Amino acid sequence: MSLSAADIARIANLARLELKPIESERMLSQINGFFDLVEKMRAVDTTGLEPLAHPMASVDDIALRLCEDRVTESDNREANQRNAPAVEKGLFLVPKVIE
Amino acid sequence: MNNTSTLHELTLAQLATQLRQRKVSALETAQHFLKRVQANASLGAFLDLNEEATLAQARAADAVLAAGNASAPLLGVPVAHKDIFVTRDFVSTAGSRMLAGYRSPFDATVVAKLASQGVVTLGKLNCDEFAMGSANENSAFGPVRNPWDITRVPGGSSGGSAAAVAARLVPGATGTDTGGSIRQPASFCGITGIKPSYGRASRYGMVAFASSLDQAGPLARTAEDCALLLSAMCGPDPERDSTSLDVPAEDFTVSLNASLAGLRIGVPAEFFGAGLASDVRAAVDGALKEYEKLGARLVPISLPRTELSIPVYYIIAPAEASSNLSRFDGVKFGHRAAHYSDLTDMYKKTRAEGFGDEVKRRIMIGTYVLSHGYYDAYYLQAQKIRRMIADDFQQAFKLCDLIAGPVAPSVAWKLGEKSADPVAAYLADIFTLPASLAGLPGMSLPVGFGAGQMPVGMQLIGNYLQESRLLNAAHRFQQATAWHLARPHGF
Amino acid sequence: MASGQAARVLNMNTSQSTLVHGYEVVIGFETHAQLSTQSKIFSRAATAFGAAPNTQACAVDLALPGTLPVMNKGAVERAIEFGLAVGAHIAPRSIFARKNYFYPDLPKGYQISQFEIPVVQGGAVEFFLGDQKRSVRLVRAHLEEDAGKSLHEDFVGQTGIDLNRAGTPLLEIVTEPDMRSSDEAVAYARELHKIVTWIGICDGNMQEGSFRCDANVSVRRPGQPLGTRREIKNLNSFKFMQQAIDFEVRWQIERIEDGHAIEQATVLFNPDTGETRAMRSKEDAADYRYFPDPDLPPLVIADEWVQRVRSDMTELPRVMAQRFMLDYGLPEYDAAMLTQSRAMASYFEATSQACRQAKLASNWIMGELSRRLNADEIDITQAPLRAAQLAQLISRIADSTISNSAARQVFDALWLDPSADVDQEIEARGLTQLNDSGELEKIVDAAVAANPKNVEEYKAGNSKALNALVGQIMKGSKGKANPQQVNELLRKKLD
Repeated sequence: MSLSAADIARIANLARLELKPIESERMLSQINGFFDLVEKMRAVDTTGLEPLAHPMASVDDIALRLCEDRVTESDNREANQRNAPAVEKGLFLVPKVIE
Repeated sequence: MNNTSTLHELTLAQLATQLRQRKVSALETAQHFLKRVQANASLGAFLDLNEEATLAQARAADAVLAAGNASAPLLGVPVAHKDIFVTRDFVSTAGSRMLAGYRSPFDATVVAKLASQGVVTLGKLNCDEFAMGSANENSAFGPVRNPWDITRVPGGSSGGSAAAVAARLVPGATGTDTGGSIRQPASFCGITGIKPSYGRASRYGMVAFASSLDQAGPLARTAEDCALLLSAMCGPDPERDSTSLDVPAEDFTVSLNASLAGLRIGVPAEFFGAGLASDVRAAVDGALKEYEKLGARLVPISLPRTELSIPVYYIIAPAEASSNLSRFDGVKFGHRAAHYSDLTDMYKKTRAEGFGDEVKRRIMIGTYVLSHGYYDAYYLQAQKIRRMIADDFQQAFKLCDLIAGPVAPSVAWKLGEKSADPVAAYLADIFTLPASLAGLPGMSLPVGFGAGQMPVGMQLIGNYLQESRLLNAAHRFQQATAWHLARPHGF
Repeated sequence: MASGQAARVLNMNTSQSTLVHGYEVVIGFETHAQLSTQSKIFSRAATAFGAAPNTQACAVDLALPGTLPVMNKGAVERAIEFGLAVGAHIAPRSIFARKNYFYPDLPKGYQISQFEIPVVQGGAVEFFLGDQKRSVRLVRAHLEEDAGKSLHEDFVGQTGIDLNRAGTPLLEIVTEPDMRSSDEAVAYARELHKIVTWIGICDGNMQEGSFRCDANVSVRRPGQPLGTRREIKNLNSFKFMQQAIDFEVRWQIERIEDGHAIEQATVLFNPDTGETRAMRSKEDAADYRYFPDPDLPPLVIADEWVQRVRSDMTELPRVMAQRFMLDYGLPEYDAAMLTQSRAMASYFEATSQACRQAKLASNWIMGELSRRLNADEIDITQAPLRAAQLAQLISRIADSTISNSAARQVFDALWLDPSADVDQEIEARGLTQLNDSGELEKIVDAAVAANPKNVEEYKAGNSKALNALVGQIMKGSKGKANPQQVNELLRKKLD
């Protein structure tokens, strides 16, 4: 499995990461090196196996816990917005979004 | 009050007793350790202090102790938290520029649990950025140095936690372990650390790296100390963490002293292959002989997919991380780029500036393996092999009660030594990854010294919810040996 | 309907499609219904509409570092209720998945939704289109969280983000592309709206965004494979749905006729211009990198829970309609109309039980009452005329005290003055019908004698001439003569 520079560009875009050309190059060779590591894994025969999403699911039936429909969180806007880069009239501001 | 100059020589358990017996106050204790922290800033272990908050907590603990109905075993004991745990009174950065200066409006559940038992927060500890790394060289705020040799790494990602405990800047610390990030730095720094079964401790308030792998755990100088801390940290958190197990909190100190006679210790062949450095092998072999003297029986076992755990982990963890880190977009909190042309540009520059190289690498890998056309071949395949790895452990546990082996293939390396080939560094995680993938509890305890007189740790892995058994095995070993009593020169 | 049965319901649209310029229209709907829980789907912040920005967005909703989702039982219960209402299969085990994309109103950078295994599978929605019965098959309905809101107008060059809505539980209901006209699509949407409000899982307030539809529209020549579809997003009124689909269909046909291929696109409807327009293309919009959310174990729904919900559920509209047909002897169409809302159904039952005239009650409610409600733009719950009053009015018709046309006058009076009394109004307006056969015979005889020409024409075979006679009699009696009796008497005399 070998990635190309175009793959790197596509993934970086999906991940919203800006990479300088030199970073992209380095990333390309490092990730390709990584995928050499991974090739053996692909060859393993896993037919009939269920993926293990929750670690303890291998020994126990883990089910989603359900909480009572009750409001317990009250207005905490000031503390919650304390770290916001841009706020006005209680709204988070971002560069204009064009639909 | 008594002379407090040697408070840092005490174990956490001993200190707790002194506090309870009012031989020393929580305030004096906190002040003593704060001084040590400040005097050893060059280690790079701490990222944030808040003396006012710390001393206020200490005074509150003293008030409870004075009232005389002190039942909580850890009242007044100072503990520092890995910067992955968010805290109201201290900045939380997760070792990243993305969260520089971030003030959380809530405390992590683990932090709150400890605080509710009178534990005093000494400060926040340095770590690899978003817990991604094995040497604490990936922090945006500088590396952490190993107190045993300050030209060497302390291990990672809980490098700050391990270094601080080893240097006796704090009697105990919290860390997180996703692929070995408690066990490996504990090994590199000659201390004891334990990662409990997945779901034992709440993940609420732990900045998420890999959701199905992250677990909180303590680092301290003895198994007994770890047992005390772990008991206080664990417990169900049904209203906040859906992956938190519905298993009641347990007192892990209860069977610390149980006899090891008849204990079957599984020794996996795959953990003792060619890649293991001879000095590490020698120290671990020595420890295994010691266990036999204590009445245990060594049983050869096999964990055939040990090597596969590397690609499996490095597919699953980055995949989950790539998604978990999407919230860092410069909109609600954290870093935002100063200059950008539009929204998309804002996202791209913010994230490029906020994240370090290792984090970007893992986001890229993770995004790729989840992307259209690759999900089945990579992510799904990895999760299936993960089940095989978990099943391998269950097979092994039919033959033994716990599994022992090295924590890492070598002792701590020099700072900068492995930064050229970051992917090659993944290979050194081989012994800690399998237990992480299976969600099993694992711990590290010091069992000797290797090259450069650097500490060597041994790993013990138990079956689900068997933390008591692990701590018992480690404790009995520590009663019979003195490795855990050694301390780095100058601290 | 037992699960599985719904899936076997024949698609009844195969009879005749309404072709547009020779093209068949194919429509599928995706509806997002906000569930009426108190708190959010994955956090315990409030869901109430209209709060000040970001005052109902807690740490979890804002995706602050370290936060995790926890599941709202009320959202699951409402999904089960919906599944039962449409005869779907409730998955005993379903999975939450992350849908990854970047957008400012999506705090985590992913939406927690359900992908491969949704909680509700299959099912169908039946309704009348005119007097034709239709059935639209559902593919699935799944639980997911709503995003926040973007406010574009208030800031220059910037957009304001309000995350109060982020985390509100949604049930996304997806149909097969079974609809063949905008009329049918709107009828489906109305029926679906009725179902979710009837069973109480959604408040149905479309202005507030509680019920939003996306229409997937394509056209093709009959017999050809499905055309490329375009998706019209966020239609939040039935009127707009109709307009948008109609425009889109015409637009697509024109494009095809002009020799262009239809490109898949997401479009928005502009109510001011009445046109649909493709949105700025969202790059990589298709690669959501779905994977099971590791923060949420599988949702397990035991059969006992489903049975409990089933037994506790309010009588469903279709079941009630069947009961109306059985118990009140109403035709299917009437039963369907009367069960268009619980309020209307209970109004009908109250009226019917009080006067014991089910068909008359049905006629008056579906007829005069509905007309007045529409004209005044009010709901039946706001009708000034109470069921008891209508029942009384109907009783007076049934016992021949007044005629139908007289009743309408009384109805009008009561509508304007609800405190008025039926009998008093009849009295005051002198509307009491003349039923005495002796009196009527005299009047009939007089009319026959006075209108020999009409009598001749009638006897010659012109049945309409009888109406003229009846008219004369009614006029002469100032409308009080019982028209049916008059009719009978005339025929007796003349035949």
